[in-house]
Amino acid sequence: MLKKLLVANRGEIAVRIIRAARDLGIATVAVHSDADTESLHVQIADEAVNIGPPAAKKSYLNIPVLLKAAEDTGCDSVHPGYGFLAENAGFSDAVTAAGLTFVGPSGDAIRLMGDKVAARSAAHAAGVPVVPGSAGRIHDIDEARHILIDTGFPVMIKAAAGGGGRGIRIANSLAEFETAFPQAATEALAAFGDGGLYMEKVITQARHIEVQVLGDGTDAIHCFERECSLQRRRQKVWEEAPSRALSPRLRDELCASAVRLARAVGYSGAGTIEYLYDDAADRFYFIEMNTRIQVEHPVTEMITGIDLVAEMLRIAGGEPLRLRQSEITPRGHAIEVRLNAEDPARDFAPFPGTVTDLRIPGGPGVRFDSMLYAGYTVPPFYDSLLAKLIVHAETREAAIARLTRALSELRIDGLKTTKPLFLALAADPAVQAGAVHTRWLEGWLETHAARLVPELEP
Amino acid sequence: MPQIQSPLPGTFYRSPSPDKPPFKADGDAVAVGDVIGLIEVMKSFHEVKSEVAGANIRFACDNEEPVMAGAVLADLD
Repeated sequence: MLKKLLVANRGEIAVRIIRAARDLGIATVAVHSDADTESLHVQIADEAVNIGPPAAKKSYLNIPVLLKAAEDTGCDSVHPGYGFLAENAGFSDAVTAAGLTFVGPSGDAIRLMGDKVAARSAAHAAGVPVVPGSAGRIHDIDEARHILIDTGFPVMIKAAAGGGGRGIRIANSLAEFETAFPQAATEALAAFGDGGLYMEKVITQARHIEVQVLGDGTDAIHCFERECSLQRRRQKVWEEAPSRALSPRLRDELCASAVRLARAVGYSGAGTIEYLYDDAADRFYFIEMNTRIQVEHPVTEMITGIDLVAEMLRIAGGEPLRLRQSEITPRGHAIEVRLNAEDPARDFAPFPGTVTDLRIPGGPGVRFDSMLYAGYTVPPFYDSLLAKLIVHAETREAAIARLTRALSELRIDGLKTTKPLFLALAADPAVQAGAVHTRWLEGWLETHAARLVPELEP
Repeated sequence: MPQIQSPLPGTFYRSPSPDKPPFKADGDAVAVGDVIGLIEVMKSFHEVKSEVAGANIRFACDNEEPVMAGAVLADLD
C-alpha cells in the first residue's frame, strides 16, 4: 500500500483524490500555485507545498518542481488527477525514474493511446470496431483517395498528433477533399511538429458512450458505460450511467470490447474507452482511450458502489484487482452535471469571483464534488469547473426529478454559473426522452441560451 | 495621460500566439479599437481593445503576467 501521496493537481479533483487517500490511510501532500494558497485541497491535505506562480506552465505543469516537492516531503507516489500532466507520458516516466509510483499507467501505455493512429491500430487488433477509415498514418494523397471508397463523404481528416478537437478538417466532396488534405498536412506540421494524418468517416448523428475499465497490468474488468452525449464545443456538460440507448446485448458487446483492449495493452489503473454509438445503424465505434480518471467518474461510482480513485491507489500500491467482473452490478441511474463559473446567457463567458454564500444540496441520492466554500475566491487562471452535482435514483426519470430538486436547493452566490442550463435541460422533453446526440445541445442553445440568465445574488 | 486597463482578471499576453510578434511594440501609436493584447480567463481568450487613442505605448505589464480587472496594462502619451 502507498504511504504518502503527492496530489499533482488542484480544484475539485485534488479534493476528490485527497479524500480517497485519507479513507485508505495514505498521507497526502497538496501542491498549489501562488493563486491557490486559500484552496480547499490545500486545507484538507496533511501538508502543502507552494510550487510557483499562477501560470500553470510554471506550477502545475512544471515537472522538476513537482518532483522536488515529492522528494522534499518524502512521498512515495504521485497522482496526476485529470488535465495538466495526467496524460503526459514524460511525466509518468519521470515519476517512475525518480523512484516513485505513478498512480496511472506506464509512460509507454500513455504514449500508445495518446497517438491516435497507434491507438486505432491497437483497438482494431483487439477486435474493437473502429470508425471506417485509414488503417494507420496515410503516406500520400493517392492512398488517401483510395480510403475514400470506404468512408464516403463527409470525411474527417485528423492530425495524428492532435486531440481535444484540434487539428480536424471535414470534407463534404471530392473537390473539398483535394484542397483540405494538403492544407491539413501543412497545418498539422506547423501545430504539432508532426504532419501525420489519418482519415475517418463522419458519423453525422451519434451518441458519445464510454466504458470505464480498471486494469492491474495483467487482468482488466469494466464498470459499465456512461453516456455523455450532451456536449458544447466538444466539452461534456451532463453525463449519465447507464446509457438507455443500448440494448442489453449491445451493452455486453461494448463492455467486452473495452476489456479486450485494456487487456491487450496490459493496462494498469483506471481508464476510459470512448465510443461513438450510431443509433440508426445500432453500431458502436472506438474513438479513443483516456488513460486517467475522468471528470465524470462519479456516475459510475454511484451505480456500482465502487470508489474508482481508491481502486487506482490500491492498484498503484501493487494490489491485483480486488473485484471480479461478476461482482460488479449496476443499480439504478446516475446523472452528473458540471457547474462551471460561466454565464450561459452570454455565450458561456467565464465568471471568476468570490463565493459570498453557498448552499449545498443534500438528502438521499445526492452528491456534490467541489472545492467551493463560502468566502472562497475562484481564481481566473484555471478551468471554470466549480462543482459536480451527482444524483442517483432507481430510474432515469426519478434521477432527473432528483436533479431538479437538488439544483433548486443549490445556491452559489457571488458567481454566475451554468445552473440555469441544467434546470432547463432537466425540463426539456428531448432530454427527458433521452433523444439526444453529440450535436444536439449546440442546436438547442441557439434557441434557448438567451433565457438561461443566472441569478446573481449580492 | 491615457491608460489602458484590463477589462477582466486573468493572464495578459502581448501577442496572438507565442510564435507571433506582439500586437503592439513599445512606442507604437494606438487608435480606438486597436487590439493591444489578450487576457486569458479560465482557458478562454479575450481581446483587449483600446478605448482611447494615443502615441508612444508603454506596457506596464509583462507578457504572461497575472492581472486583476482594472489593472493598468499600458500608458499612452
